[in-house]
Amino acid sequence: MTQTKAEKAMTIKVLYFASLRELLGCNEELISEDGLNTIGDVWQRVSDGKNVTQQVLYSINQEYAQAESLVKAGDEVAFFPPVTGG
Amino acid sequence: MIKIIEQPFDPWHELSSFQLAMRRDGEFGACANFTGTMRDMNEGDTVNAMVLEHYPGMTEKHLGKIVQEAKEKWDLLETLVIHRVGELLPNDPIVLVAVWSAHRKDAFEASRFIMEDLKSKAPFWKKESVSGSGQQAEKNRWVEKNTSGY
Repeated sequence: MTQTKAEKAMTIKVLYFASLRELLGCNEELISEDGLNTIGDVWQRVSDGKNVTQQVLYSINQEYAQAESLVKAGDEVAFFPPVTGG
Repeated sequence: MIKIIEQPFDPWHELSSFQLAMRRDGEFGACANFTGTMRDMNEGDTVNAMVLEHYPGMTEKHLGKIVQEAKEKWDLLETLVIHRVGELLPNDPIVLVAVWSAHRKDAFEASRFIMEDLKSKAPFWKKESVSGSGQQAEKNRWVEKNTSGY
């Protein structure tokens, strides 16, 4: 799906990783920024009705964020479980 | 230098070629390095293989931040961080962290700092392919948490 510049300007890109990606069945989606102030609001919207019981970490534009961190159109946000690299 | 790679690597070869290429002969008195290697056993089960997923972009950015912080805290000459992603087999090196400095205190402490931050915050995730004792079928499971290194 090709988006126009105006449409893109109104959206937030949401990424999911690892077990959370599998649980939600989604790698990446674009959502409307309407009514979303914080990344906690974004999480509420995308996880609504899903049975997520595990710990979830947040990032905005590839930096760790807290639930109350503000989001705006054009941001890239991500949700993922505790990291297990190294 | 920070490298995220999909192909197997030899940490000893990487160390020696990087040390040669960095052209700091005579300046460094210490090189501390840590290599992490994949085991064939976890939580009592045989691990046959593993897939390492990462967040392209954020991983590099986060590692860059950790290395920068280490450079501000200690007196360092060079740093090298290499991390595997993709499909791994037991005995494959997973990670290499190496730090060069004039004296050992800086090299020891900074390499530990970088490694522990990487383990607890850099966005990588491991999924293991395991077979338990007495069961034939192989299953895949996400590693839930890293153990604390301190």
